[in-house]
Amino acid sequence: MHEMSLAQNVREIIEQASLDQGFRHVKTVWLEIGRLSCVEQEAMRFCFGAAMQGGVAEGARLEIIDTPGRGLCRKCGHEAEIENVYDACPQCGNYGMQLVAGDAMRVKELEVE
Amino acid sequence: MCLTCGCGSDEVLIRGRKSLNKPKAPVNFRLHRVEANVAEDTQRIVKLEQDILHKNDRHAQANREMFEQLGILALNLVSSPGSGKTTLLVRTLQALQGRYPLAVIEGDQQTEQDADRIRTTGVPAVQINTGKGCHLDAQMVERALPEMPLPEGGILFIENVGNLVCPAGFDLGEFAKVVVLSVTEGEDKPLKYPDMFRAADLMLLNKCDLLPYLRFDVELAESYARRVNPDIRIIRLSAVSGDGIDAWLSWLEAQQPAGKQTQL
Repeated sequence: MHEMSLAQNVREIIEQASLDQGFRHVKTVWLEIGRLSCVEQEAMRFCFGAAMQGGVAEGARLEIIDTPGRGLCRKCGHEAEIENVYDACPQCGNYGMQLVAGDAMRVKELEVE
Repeated sequence: MCLTCGCGSDEVLIRGRKSLNKPKAPVNFRLHRVEANVAEDTQRIVKLEQDILHKNDRHAQANREMFEQLGILALNLVSSPGSGKTTLLVRTLQALQGRYPLAVIEGDQQTEQDADRIRTTGVPAVQINTGKGCHLDAQMVERALPEMPLPEGGILFIENVGNLVCPAGFDLGEFAKVVVLSVTEGEDKPLKYPDMFRAADLMLLNKCDLLPYLRFDVELAESYARRVNPDIRIIRLSAVSGDGIDAWLSWLEAQQPAGKQTQL
């Protein structure tokens, strides 16, 4: 989807942090991108480089923390790792696992100087 | 520019009735460089833990609070291009006119054609042109609202850019997302684009008048939608023949905030 606008949001968060916390240059950016979030990681990598140009994170290394999806079965209460939001519960076969993790899109931390 | 769908940070135009006589100054959403005006610092790690959509969610919350204060039922209509959203909307507005205050925000990359179609019903409409952008965001909606009389105690329909992918992630402050799937699109759309069907409260299966001419398995499509979202409500209808429209209108009336109705 819209990775370019998300990458611009990342830039804005970083620029604000540079003002709040007093740093001029970002060497590394850690993003947490859940596998079940709406972000395609390769598209984010591509857009990240473009969106950071001219800012404090220009040329920064992007580290993506890839978190797996986890679902909770509404029927039997079993919690399991899932690859898709429409996966069936591996224990009872019921569809409609409630997503409990893996949809986050977060700027975790920065290595700055 | 986005690899997946070509979205970007280009010009966004908001065209409402009030702005028709004004020069259409592009609203530029491009971010500008912020110069850090601080002293040299040593190398260190800064923990942020900030949601990437934090800013959008803040604007969405402001929209939501305003809608709630004014008793406005705001609905975000999403679908692929060509599902019949605007035709459905025109029919819906004609049926509801005189019963509720109504307003429409139209989102498209280019042209004001959809807003013009809505305005023929007499209902106020603002067109947002996202330029290269592939979805509406909460800030665009916030900027569009002053361009129209707000439908206090009534319904605001926000017709998103036709796209089954991107609009799923952006909260606009709406009460609910309504996804329109037409029977000419194939049963497997809910599995192929699960984020949208998971985000929606209601699915309208449109163009059902064409079913006799198509190989479209309605039960299969509905089972796929429920696989992604077991709580989704589904209404089969046709915006052209009018079949099923009453069920949709009943759903709308059931969502109206209690005590704010201006029903006949």
